[in-house]
Amino acid sequence: MDLSYSDEERAFREDVRAFLAEKLPKDLSDKVKRGEELGKEGHERWHAILNDQGWLATNWPKEFGGAAWNAVQRHIFEEEAAAHHAPRIVPFGLSMLAPVLQKFGSKEQQDYWLPRILSGEDWWCQGYSEPGAGSDLASLKTTAVKDGDHYIVNGQKTWTTLGQHANMIFCLVRTDKDVKQQEGISFLLIDMDTPGITVRPIILLDGSAEVNEVFFDNVKVPAENLVGEENKGWTYAKYLLTHERTNIAGVGFSQAGLSAVKRIAKSEMAGGRPLIENPHFAARVAQAEIDLMAMATTNLRIISKAAAGQAPGVESSMLKVKGTIIRQEINDLARRAAGVYAMPFASEAVAGSNDALPDPNDAGPVAAQYFNNRKLSIFGGSNEIQRQIIAKTMLGGAK
Amino acid sequence: MNFDLTEERQMLQDSLRRFLRDKYDTATRNGILESDAGFSAEIWNGLAELGVIGALFTEEQGGFGGAGFDVTTVFEELGRAGVVEPLLDSAVLAGGLIADLGNETQQEHVEALIGGELQLAFAHGEPGSRYDLNRVTSTAAQNGSDIVLNGRKAVVANAEAADMLVVSARESGEAGDEAGISLFLVPADAKGLTVTGYALLAGGRAAEVTLDDVTLPESARLGAAGKAFDAIEARTAVATTALCAETLGAMETACTLTREYLGTRKQFGRPIGSFQALAHRMSDLLIDLEQARSAVINAAGHLADDRASRERHVSAAKNLMGRVGRLVSEDSIQMHGGIAMTQEYELAHIAKRITIADHRFGDTDHHLERFIALSAA
Ligand SMILES: Cc1cc2nc3c(=O)[nH]c(=O)nc-3n(C[C@H](O)[C@H](O)[C@H](O)COP(=O)(O)OP(=O)(O)OC[C@H]3O[C@@H](n4cnc5c(N)ncnc54)[C@H](O)[C@@H]3O)c2cc1C
Ligand SMILES: Cc1cc2nc3c(=O)[nH]c(=O)nc-3n(C[C@H](O)[C@H](O)[C@H](O)COP(=O)(O)OP(=O)(O)OC[C@H]3O[C@@H](n4cnc5c(N)ncnc54)[C@H](O)[C@@H]3O)c2cc1C
Repeated sequence: MDLSYSDEERAFREDVRAFLAEKLPKDLSDKVKRGEELGKEGHERWHAILNDQGWLATNWPKEFGGAAWNAVQRHIFEEEAAAHHAPRIVPFGLSMLAPVLQKFGSKEQQDYWLPRILSGEDWWCQGYSEPGAGSDLASLKTTAVKDGDHYIVNGQKTWTTLGQHANMIFCLVRTDKDVKQQEGISFLLIDMDTPGITVRPIILLDGSAEVNEVFFDNVKVPAENLVGEENKGWTYAKYLLTHERTNIAGVGFSQAGLSAVKRIAKSEMAGGRPLIENPHFAARVAQAEIDLMAMATTNLRIISKAAAGQAPGVESSMLKVKGTIIRQEINDLARRAAGVYAMPFASEAVAGSNDALPDPNDAGPVAAQYFNNRKLSIFGGSNEIQRQIIAKTMLGGAK
Repeated sequence: MNFDLTEERQMLQDSLRRFLRDKYDTATRNGILESDAGFSAEIWNGLAELGVIGALFTEEQGGFGGAGFDVTTVFEELGRAGVVEPLLDSAVLAGGLIADLGNETQQEHVEALIGGELQLAFAHGEPGSRYDLNRVTSTAAQNGSDIVLNGRKAVVANAEAADMLVVSARESGEAGDEAGISLFLVPADAKGLTVTGYALLAGGRAAEVTLDDVTLPESARLGAAGKAFDAIEARTAVATTALCAETLGAMETACTLTREYLGTRKQFGRPIGSFQALAHRMSDLLIDLEQARSAVINAAGHLADDRASRERHVSAAKNLMGRVGRLVSEDSIQMHGGIAMTQEYELAHIAKRITIADHRFGDTDHHLERFIALSAA
């Protein structure tokens, strides 16, 4: 057991810092710090900068053009990126679809789609959830019927994150209604420009426009866009979900969030003293920090254990539950710290249309972020579903 | 002991509930949220006609209520419907201070307020005061027969709509002193008064208010010079109790929506409420909802007590509402799943009202510390 970083790992951290100091555009990090939406252009610009450095697809094997970083490297990068307010990497193509294509896609599909993910030619979104199929994903109803060399797709997806920017969507569709639910699902790649697709925004409670409904009305999809075998989509979907969950502990985000809490609490005054000196508030911050220190090590332990390319099992559910609880607790501390300045509507403060709000302690968007991040325990398999998975695995058959 | 509402209060509750059910559905309210004014003049007038504003004042102040349970009866209903019209700021706080301290001429504003013809705001908190009522640094200086105000007030709810602001300023002493604070009636068009507004996350609008040599005649002073603190604290106690009742109403709605949803939303072929993981959490919310109801009753029932008892019960209620509010708001959203994250679903607004209430008149921690101090005294 050795908790210290090796010389190579320390050197790697220095490389990451130097890169971020030099290459991270200030307008983007400012937006991240203020909790503003980056817009399509902002995300694409950052992806391109990472791709030039060869650091975009850190989890891909080298043969596909990835950086093939180990767990510790990924952890170091995540920590530094969050500390520097780098935009998050949009995961849909890079860490959700790509592992599926690399494992189950045809050679042609790999050769065609993977480079386009790296270059940013395609922006992918995830078409899993439907109005009636959330936690019970396998009950999904969107159908794909084979018609010669095409599928005809009908139905609706919802909660499609950043679907407004996407030109491609990977979907779970029903190709057989007469078998057990899980055995009639296929994995299809669909061009969002195909006639018959309508995208409608859903405004979330913090005023943000990050999710959408996507409607399919007799949409023609080339049969070659089927990934793997027909009716085997559930296997691929579950494989993808475990990948979705490995990134979800969000240790780097929590660390950056905790620093922001301390920053706010240093400038916010309570009883004529900085809030950070208030024993009650200091105790809350300390409690979160203690949890986060342990979480960082749990995260490293679990991702180190999983051999490269192999997703961890039940432990990823544990990471998701604990990681999101801690992140949400830190969001709660931030809104507490801001006091009365948590009340203004963030989007107004954030849009810069209003200089009445005091910017220095970046108190503006904290309450909006607190509400927005309620999603963390809902999506990617809700925390109740994760606990169910843990119980099933560890207690054997408990329902 | 008797925990029933009096006949008058029962009638008030029934008529207000009916009015809001007919006039204040989710779509209407969400339209109001997005409007420039941030509240509806039509609803305001309707509430005035119904006697809702009058219910917040005693008979000698021109109303027909004014006791703790009148206030909580009104605000619980407002909270259930997620009402964003500025009754708390215009009526309970600013109007209440004029009623408590005003001379005969000043009292006329209360009559106009009760009739629905006047909007008011209370400009007290400052950028560095957080939740402390005594931390006033804005100054009031005597200049011949005039008074000159300077300073800055933070997140003043309803300031843009107000015809008149009740502004606190210091005539002597230092920030943190209770003595030396005075209140002044400042017309919205006073020279040197700047009001920069913005929308609030949970509805309504507020503003940063700056006072730059705002010059007033002495007759603008409300009550005795330098002696306003006790009245401010007592009024804030009424407003805090009102806010607790509003939060209770909002929590009732959150629990009702969640209960209904647990019964109708199906996943895995069964209502999600049949999963024990959710059923037990719902039970916990319902248990805590009853605790919240009792805390509000405790605060309202002790509002007329001496300072120590009144403030101790108010702080107890606000602390409990902060804790239970967080639980109800977060768990209601969680048990709904994605749907509760959408702006157009009723719970989204209700959950925001519950949480943002923790940011007015002192949060959970502030009132915990205050309760400890008041209990030791
Ligand atoms: C902001 C946001 C972004 C999203 N982005 C995407 C995206 O890009 N692509 C996509 O496909 N989906 C996306 N989702 C959808 C997300 O995956 C679903 O919201 C999630 O699967 C939960 O489904 P639901 O919302 O329908 O809730 P439901 O499944 O209806 O769940 C409601 C409640 O019941 C609980 N529950 C359900 N079943 C059980 C059980 N067996 N035991 C105990 N409790 C249970 C849940 O935990 C939850 O508390 C997103 C969601 C949000 C909120
Ligand atoms: C000090 C003491 C005094 C008592 N006095 C009396 C008495 O006067 N009269 C009398 O009739 N009984 C009495 N009891 C017995 C008591 O009612 C039982 O202990 C109780 O019903 C639990 O049963 P059990 O101990 O067999 O635990 P089990 O029923 O085996 O429960 C074990 C655990 O599983 C949980 N559990 C069980 N079923 C469920 C479920 N459906 N969902 C979720 N969790 C579940 C329980 O909460 C518990 O944590 C007493 C017990 C004690 C300890």
